[in-house]
Amino acid sequence: MNAAAETMFVAAPYQAAGKVVIECNVAKIFYGDFLAVRDSQVPIEKRKITGFIGPSGCGKSTVLRSLNRMNDLISIFRFEGNVMYHGQDVYAKKVDPVLVRRYIGMVFQQPNPFSMSVYDNVAFGLRLNRYKGDMDERVEKALKRAALWKEVKDKLKNSGLSLSGGQQQRLCIARAIATEPDVLLMDEPCSALDPIATRQVEELMLELKERYTLALVTHNMQQATRVADTTAFFSVDISKGGRTGYLVEMGPTEQIFQNPRETLTKEYISGEFS
Amino acid sequence: MTNMFEAADSVSPISGPPRALEYANDRIFRGIAWTSAFLVIALTGFILWEVGRQAAPAIQAYGLGFITGTEWNVNQGEFGVLPEIWGTLYSSLLALALGGLFGIAIAIFLTQDFIHHRLAMIFRTVIEMLAAIPSVVFGLWGIYILIPLLKPGAEWLHDQLGWFPLFSTDLAGPGMAPAALVLAIMILPTVAAITVDAFHRIPYKIKEAAYGMGTTRWEAILKVMVPTASSGILAALVLGFGRALGETMALAMLIGNANQISLSLFSPANTLASLLASTFPEAGHLEVQALMYAALVLLAITFLVNVMGQMVQQYTIRKFEGKR
Repeated sequence: MNAAAETMFVAAPYQAAGKVVIECNVAKIFYGDFLAVRDSQVPIEKRKITGFIGPSGCGKSTVLRSLNRMNDLISIFRFEGNVMYHGQDVYAKKVDPVLVRRYIGMVFQQPNPFSMSVYDNVAFGLRLNRYKGDMDERVEKALKRAALWKEVKDKLKNSGLSLSGGQQQRLCIARAIATEPDVLLMDEPCSALDPIATRQVEELMLELKERYTLALVTHNMQQATRVADTTAFFSVDISKGGRTGYLVEMGPTEQIFQNPRETLTKEYISGEFS
Repeated sequence: MTNMFEAADSVSPISGPPRALEYANDRIFRGIAWTSAFLVIALTGFILWEVGRQAAPAIQAYGLGFITGTEWNVNQGEFGVLPEIWGTLYSSLLALALGGLFGIAIAIFLTQDFIHHRLAMIFRTVIEMLAAIPSVVFGLWGIYILIPLLKPGAEWLHDQLGWFPLFSTDLAGPGMAPAALVLAIMILPTVAAITVDAFHRIPYKIKEAAYGMGTTRWEAILKVMVPTASSGILAALVLGFGRALGETMALAMLIGNANQISLSLFSPANTLASLLASTFPEAGHLEVQALMYAALVLLAITFLVNVMGQMVQQYTIRKFEGKR
């Protein structure tokens, strides 16, 4: 670390109580020359929901998407550091990002079902993995767990795009969990949903964490308090002319919201912005 | 136009009713748009009417026998266009298979991150320049370059696999193969350009969804991107096919203008458009009527192809995109 970096704030590492599935150690994330995120350590605990909160541009989505190498789609993206998943750095040269994404699934901010039938959407991942068992049963199970089965059981052949926005998002969740990945990343999954659909998705998340590990980016702090077990608060440093995001504080959700250690965290969760 | 809301007295002078001139502009523009639309329909109707009127005597004289007849003999007053219908459809289908396949492949290559997008733009410009080459140049190129190039291969295929219907004759000069190949090159830019647009219209979030599921690049392209763009790709194929059906000059130069029905790729054949182009200059009164009938048949074929293309496209839109 050079002299300038030492003066910059670095959050105290969060000591996870349970088993950690993904040990995310960001040194620097660049888009071209632009330093988007620096010095952030975010452990993702097994069978818990880790919430990422912070103001726009703080890099929380960027960090989340780095976990399963989704950012590789952006050609100017550069990651420095490591993401240890079961002891293996997913950014190691020999690692195939395709494999990473099969184990670490993702639900996006905008519902993005494929332009194919509801059934084919859910069966997509199963077919991709050459699943040999009872496809119908798996599809039904995934749709039931995504709290969508009742609404679509009579229109499985209809296009996924004919559903409403909330239904589409639950369809995307069903698609992501049909293959039962190890970890599920959710990037503001409720931002396009109404309060009723949001509640359904939140209930679903709480159910899913019985079996999966979840990481959730959210703009909605109530959502973080409702579902997240641990919360990572990111902020953005605009003092030096750049817009570099970094981790400010991470801890159990209760502690972050009721007894934050950092002033920045306190200001953000109480709605006082500088 | 009167302002009915004079009573709104707290409105600032900044907000006011449109001027009389603005209303007039609106009306003039609408008038021009309506006239243009009407003129297009009127012109189409007029062409159909004229061709039909001039073909009427031939239609009465030959009836449906014109479509099933295989002879075109002016001296004996025999006119039949079945070989030309066959030649038109056969050459166009061959061209569509080749040009469509390569056009879609090129579109995938240009849009799915195989090359830098600036390089892709250059590629695209070059491909679109193909569309600017006059068809007579394609015809000359076919005669002087393509046919001599094809000859050795065609001879070998005929010698070795002559029992196979596609290679059952020798390539003497002009014929189906060079015609279909040139036709394929001619429709390739159309298919490629429209397919590229179809791929560009796919939102980024769909690509993210595909890769997010853990697809390899090929899986993402074949299982997600192509089905998503399918209605646009179909439109490209229909347009390309339509262009192939009506293409005249290059075919008149390359297909050999022979009145015969053959599966062989190397035998000369004829198409409706090529028949019209090569026969009209010296046609007598009776023959012109027959040619007008042939033109109507060509029009009917292109119309049917377009309608069927539209139907298939509507079906895919319903099936994949769930719109009614």
